[in-house]
Amino acid sequence: MSELHTQEMLLNMGPQHPSTHGVIRFVVKTDGEVMSTAIPDVGYLHRSIEKIAEKATYHGFMPWTDRVDYLAAMNCNYTYALAVEKLSGIETSRRAEYLRVISMELNRIISHLLAVGALGMDVGAYTPFIHGLREREKVNDLIEELCGQRLTYNYARVGGVIYDMPSGWAEKVLAFLDQFAPMVDEFNRLLTDNKILKNRLGGIGVISKEDAIAYNLVGPNLRGSGLKWDLRKDLPYSVYPEFEFDVPVGTGEAGTLGDCFDRYMVRIREMGESVKILRQCFEKIPSEGEPQVKVPKKIRPPAGEIYVRTESTRGDLGCYLVSDGGDKPYRLKFRAGSFNAMSIVEKVSRGMMVADLIAFIASLDIVAPEIDR
Amino acid sequence: MELTAGAKLPVTGVQTGDPFIVIPVNRLLDLMQSLKNEKLFSFDCLSSLTAVDRLKEGRFEVVYHLFSYQHRHRVTLKVYLPRQEDAHLPTVEGLWSCANWLEREVFDLFGIRFDSHTDLRRIMLPDDWVGHPLRKDYKEQEDYHGISTTRPPLIL
Repeated sequence: MSELHTQEMLLNMGPQHPSTHGVIRFVVKTDGEVMSTAIPDVGYLHRSIEKIAEKATYHGFMPWTDRVDYLAAMNCNYTYALAVEKLSGIETSRRAEYLRVISMELNRIISHLLAVGALGMDVGAYTPFIHGLREREKVNDLIEELCGQRLTYNYARVGGVIYDMPSGWAEKVLAFLDQFAPMVDEFNRLLTDNKILKNRLGGIGVISKEDAIAYNLVGPNLRGSGLKWDLRKDLPYSVYPEFEFDVPVGTGEAGTLGDCFDRYMVRIREMGESVKILRQCFEKIPSEGEPQVKVPKKIRPPAGEIYVRTESTRGDLGCYLVSDGGDKPYRLKFRAGSFNAMSIVEKVSRGMMVADLIAFIASLDIVAPEIDR
Repeated sequence: MELTAGAKLPVTGVQTGDPFIVIPVNRLLDLMQSLKNEKLFSFDCLSSLTAVDRLKEGRFEVVYHLFSYQHRHRVTLKVYLPRQEDAHLPTVEGLWSCANWLEREVFDLFGIRFDSHTDLRRIMLPDDWVGHPLRKDYKEQEDYHGISTTRPPLIL
């Protein structure tokens, strides 16, 4: 057998591929099933959002932030609004901040549902994805009632949020939470405790804590590597200090610390934490306060710059905003979690099996438009 | 400008929002090394790396947002480069691995080169694209491989 000659193959995975979660291409160098490397090629969804920002007014740019990360539009809306507010010194009401947190945590639940469901589908379990989508639809209905949109919400605005919650909405969300909390256990019985899933994810795509920091992985990907770090807790913003919740981290329960299963498990547990935050929100929300404070129609922040970071569903989302005193941003940059997560693929994929690459990418929860912006 | 433990960095840009420090390009690597490795600073995370085109002032600003998980502090550093076609500065890829892609993005969209970068290719745009879109004086090419880049307005 030692005379058997093998040859390295160059394969294109993508740009259109069911498991790349959007239009991304991987140039895979493989010898049989074992890859020597997978080089990601991004940019297929580059829509120059940063250039568009330079030509839109501060208010006018808000709908574009939905398109930065369409699965976490609430968080992107909020991050941009926060940057503009900080730069121009606008104070929002406490009720508006609560509404923002409610919308963002609902968004986190449905984003994670899709992430874990799609991960299951990528490794061959189709049913959990449908279960995830079923719950997601219920939240979409609630959000639609709140702001009229199901995907690109455009809900958080500079100075607050666009609408207060409709009457009877709080009860509907609480009823959903009562029904959803046990659903996480069902999800665990269906997918997490499945031995095949544990074997497919355990010990695969291990990212050490040092690598995670060096590549600036953020959010669940960073916590999956064992670093207990959540901006909501560690560098708090909005009204997050008023809530009690835990920060789940990877423990290496299915193999090695920082493997695909740890990142998956962090997301499952975070859904439970979001439920906790939402319940506290509805207990504590002040009954008085305008949803949106009076903001000038044309915002002209003084010349200067600001860099804000918030915990989006895909982790630390950075927004760097430069103003020259005019009514349009001079420069706007979104530093997105998916972009950094993509840059580590080349390193981690060395020596991996082709099928494991699919599981690894799914565990990073990449959203292609957020990479390219 | 020497940077040793206990030294305070002079803040040069005081304005609305975040303060920042402007550093000379020839000291960039020394300073970054100290900021990352000195125990007092321990900036283990390069949170963001980007650039701003100041057309009127005739310069590019390369902006580094550093953060330390250990001390939970942050700093914004800037390098001013004369606004020329061959604007270039050293890479910090050796210190923070995420700089590799972030610098590629700056190269692609601003045309600023990073010396001794291991893989300085365009990242967002096709390799044969002409120009760097985030420059303030960027003019889009009229067509790309025979495909027009403009469209007649939808509403006349």
